[in-house]
Amino acid sequence: MSIQEKKTVLNMTSGWVIFVAYAFYLSQNYSEELTSTPVDIKFWASAFLILIPVSIVARIIIHIIFAIVTKVATDEDLNYKEDERDKMIQLRSVRNSMFMFAAGFLLSMVAVVMDAQPYMMFVIIAIGGLMAETMEGLTALYYYRRGF
Amino acid sequence: MNDEMTQQALADAVGVSRQTIVAIEKSKYSPSLELAFRIAHEFKKPLEDVFTYDPEADK
Repeated sequence: MSIQEKKTVLNMTSGWVIFVAYAFYLSQNYSEELTSTPVDIKFWASAFLILIPVSIVARIIIHIIFAIVTKVATDEDLNYKEDERDKMIQLRSVRNSMFMFAAGFLLSMVAVVMDAQPYMMFVIIAIGGLMAETMEGLTALYYYRRGF
Repeated sequence: MNDEMTQQALADAVGVSRQTIVAIEKSKYSPSLELAFRIAHEFKKPLEDVFTYDPEADK
């Protein structure tokens, strides 16, 4: 597996770990606010906004640890200069992730129209974001492996 | 063609990663025109001697 593929897998895994951990934390400490009716919009907005710095800090820590472990185990440097192939793959990956996020957003609107619980809209949007990040990683892995 | 040059050396000379050179050699990536010219220039060969086009592959 190339360095680019390893970093892609690391990003995907980090995203899932952070999302699941954060969701678990919210469900344990704010279960009433999560499922309240009427929906507590301010709570959901805060939850999304706080996820951003939490995710950034967590990813930095995960990347540092992984870089150290990789350097010690394989003497491989995780840093590399992006070339045209990396940028082309990144463009396609981001495009696909945008499509996935848009699909998640539309699905959340469908849920509202179908009279689902109001908080489900935010849950579906959050999961849509996670799926978008997963799609980005899978697309990158696909093109790194298969080529184009 | 220049069998004394390693993939890493060629990659460093033309400004891409070794994985990109591998992908080009395995026909898993079509380089940009600029990169193709840089590779041919590095080998001191004309472009057509380094890269070929097979119309049958498009069918």
